[in-house]
Amino acid sequence: MCRDGPTLPLHSEHVALGATLVDFAGWEMPVRYTGDIAEHTAVRTSAGLFDLSHMGEIAVRGADAVPFLEYALVGRMGAMGLGRAKYTMICAPDGGVIDDLVVYRRDWDHFVIVANASNKDVVLAELKERSAGFDVGIADESAGVALIAVQGPAAEAIVTEMTARDADNIASLPYYAATNVVLTGDVHAFVARTGYTGEDGFELFVSAEDAPEVWRLALAVGGERIRPCGLSARDTLRLEAGMPLYGQELTRATTPFDAGLGRVIAFGTEANSRGDFVGRAALEAARDREPSRVLVGLVGDGRRSPRTGYAVTDAGGSVIGEVTSGAPSPTLGRPIGMAYVDKGFGEQGTQVLIDVRGRGEPMTVTALPLYKRAQ
Amino acid sequence: MASVPDDLQYSAEHEWVDGELAVGGEVTVGITEHAADALGDIVYIEAPSVGATVTAGEVCGELESTKAVSELYSPVTGTIIAINDELANAPDNVNKDPFGTGWIFKVQITEEPSGLLDAAAYGDLTA
Repeated sequence: MCRDGPTLPLHSEHVALGATLVDFAGWEMPVRYTGDIAEHTAVRTSAGLFDLSHMGEIAVRGADAVPFLEYALVGRMGAMGLGRAKYTMICAPDGGVIDDLVVYRRDWDHFVIVANASNKDVVLAELKERSAGFDVGIADESAGVALIAVQGPAAEAIVTEMTARDADNIASLPYYAATNVVLTGDVHAFVARTGYTGEDGFELFVSAEDAPEVWRLALAVGGERIRPCGLSARDTLRLEAGMPLYGQELTRATTPFDAGLGRVIAFGTEANSRGDFVGRAALEAARDREPSRVLVGLVGDGRRSPRTGYAVTDAGGSVIGEVTSGAPSPTLGRPIGMAYVDKGFGEQGTQVLIDVRGRGEPMTVTALPLYKRAQ
Repeated sequence: MASVPDDLQYSAEHEWVDGELAVGGEVTVGITEHAADALGDIVYIEAPSVGATVTAGEVCGELESTKAVSELYSPVTGTIIAINDELANAPDNVNKDPFGTGWIFKVQITEEPSGLLDAAAYGDLTA
């Protein structure tokens, strides 16, 4: 199963835990430790521990950091407070999505962009090209940074217990905000209340050399409440939570509007004007025309799940869309998926079929997300 | 390491075969622990129907896990004489006990099998 991919700081921890490792974007990553469903359920009911060290961290520093990011990305970065996080995208001049990103503001002139592992080099190259004329430095810090996520209803209690000194900071940290924390053992971490599972949770940015200590600390403090989780559980969790995945729901051929994420684009208003940004003209045009397809959720009553690439058809068998992601939902106990369908089939409750080896499996069009945690 | 029982034969597509490997012989077929581990939690199995004919090396069904759909191949040529009905309600038996309660179907062989691997050869294949 294992290929000779580059190893990440927590590799030996995963091997010691008996993880099944797979090649993912060139990295050898844990796909599961024990079982996908048990790992998924741990995050919904208690807590899961994820190694996300394959993600890319790109630092942007300099006097022009704000105007540069507002030109390079589609969102408004200048309005972010210190220690805040923002979900945004980097688009091509034609409006296609190059990647979806989370940007953290660490200081007035210092931002950290987290990019998908498979896109990091493309994002880095685009940022460098777009930085001409701006007073900024762009640095790929991925190799020195490990990213560890604790996600689930018990996450706050566990991360609080991982730091005696900064427990109050963790408990009071708002969603999509981050703070510097000293963890037990004097380990410095940048801790964000963000995640990709649909649950409350934290993402801990630590140095690569501190990563094994932090990983073991989370397992020791969490005890029975926490379970290490692989990429497989991460995918079913994000699917239930209706979160798009680059390469599936988001691609160079889709604009943010196609994925129902037009709200991430800040065009500016008369009262709150904003300068030019890459993709602006194409995205304004995309805003003004109705997308021909819409991203919807699917829920089935049968046993077979929609899967990436499966055709969606109407009752007569005519193709009206394509599945982008799908799996049996461990939480709902039913097959679920996301699909782009022709606009006329986007209404909630519409009955469609998924072509499973020539057989039509009935599915109901459903609003996203398919799972929402109790607040 | 996944276990590879010595008393079974194996296909390169990760099925195991137990029984009399001759025309007229009856064999039981399942997937190996290696394959079950790679698939993850199996949630649905589409096996061939009793009476159907299957051909060695050809697709005869599907295995669906939380992560993916994988094709099920027949390691021998013959007629399906039984399927494991319990898997409809307990597909995870394939993960828990792939060489026992996780068996998938039984075949009466109509053509001399060839190309199956012994445990040592299959172990090498998946090492």
